[in-house]
Amino acid sequence: MQDLLNLFVRSIFVENMVFAFFLGMCSYLAVSKTVNTAMGLGIAVTFVLVITIPVDWALNEYVLKKGALDWLLGEQAADVDLSFLSFIMFIAVIASMVQLVEMIVEKFAPALYSQLGIFLPLIAVNCAILGGSLFMQERELASIGEATVYGLGSGIGWLLAIIGIAAIREKIRYSDIPAPLKGLGITFIATGIMGIAFMTFMGIKL
Amino acid sequence: MSKNSKLLTGPLNLNNPITVQVLGICSALAVTVKLEPAIVMAISVTAVLALANVIVSLLRNTIPSRIRIIVQLVIVAALVILVDQVLKAYLYDVSKQLSVFVGLIITNCIIMGRLEAFALGNKPYASFLDGIGNGAGYAVILIIISTVRELFGSGTLTLPGFGELRVIPQGFYDFGYQNNGLMILPPMALIVVGIIIWVQRSKTRELIEKV
Repeated sequence: MQDLLNLFVRSIFVENMVFAFFLGMCSYLAVSKTVNTAMGLGIAVTFVLVITIPVDWALNEYVLKKGALDWLLGEQAADVDLSFLSFIMFIAVIASMVQLVEMIVEKFAPALYSQLGIFLPLIAVNCAILGGSLFMQERELASIGEATVYGLGSGIGWLLAIIGIAAIREKIRYSDIPAPLKGLGITFIATGIMGIAFMTFMGIKL
Repeated sequence: MSKNSKLLTGPLNLNNPITVQVLGICSALAVTVKLEPAIVMAISVTAVLALANVIVSLLRNTIPSRIRIIVQLVIVAALVILVDQVLKAYLYDVSKQLSVFVGLIITNCIIMGRLEAFALGNKPYASFLDGIGNGAGYAVILIIISTVRELFGSGTLTLPGFGELRVIPQGFYDFGYQNNGLMILPPMALIVVGIIIWVQRSKTRELIEKV
């Protein structure tokens, strides 16, 4: 239980997707003009991460990694290592999950669906999602529970980051910034400074 | 200037994928602590981009537009697997340093962006040039960021084939010069990109955003 809590806090603050690994920067920069849309995208990303990371974990554990096919084929499969296929399998899972999530949300929560609109299908090419799955594989998380918690934590971390920068950008519009820095330039520098602030969590040993 | 050479040189400055089109930021920032992985990453992205552009451009009349994203993802993923296996075989150390970021070339927005914006509507040869040009534009920015970060952060430059070269002479350190440890940390990459954008837009005024 305590392990899970540690993993959760660590994936939100210490190993924040945006500030520590720069994942999902493209949509982070493109969709952070207002807090409302940023919030919608952040929730959608969290949702997809919570679903895809456990699914990819199971795929990795029972199909891809070395000796994973033992449960199906017995001893003769002990040397089979399919992990070179993981990129294509993970991206297929993500693309189909995003499609599935889109259909479910459209059917059962039409209000949320119209709010998220175009952002939902775009999540398939958000690198935070594939990055989450690849980090899950690299760190060899022990159970499906850990994978779910890791997905939830990284999603919330991403949500925090995008809401933070959207709020800053709403305010910064009225500031007197040198013309060549306006827009993109100052957003990068503000993100850098937010990143330095987030680094204070690095010292926390969990 | 002919149309083809514009495809090659445009992305270097006026239409740069990172500072103007805002594509492919994630990997550009994460692999730039040292020069060598940045160069390897730039070459890998250029190779994947050029090949994917050609393949998608050849298939552009047969891909149904409803499922084109999945088709493109599969093509790119297959190419990235090839690149990953080549790196693991010949440049194992660099491949370890790049870790998940080789896999993340699949979702690198430069690739999806150029496939959607260019390869789906143009002939294979033009698409190939567009891929090479955008790859080069990406490479220029990566090399600038990683040179600044490595030079000031660790006082060295790591070139593929030459190993780590000590650039700041020992004498400087004897006088009390210190490496700027902040440069190695992730947030500085963002600030360096911010400054590059600032310099570029001061030189080419037409890029300034009207907010």
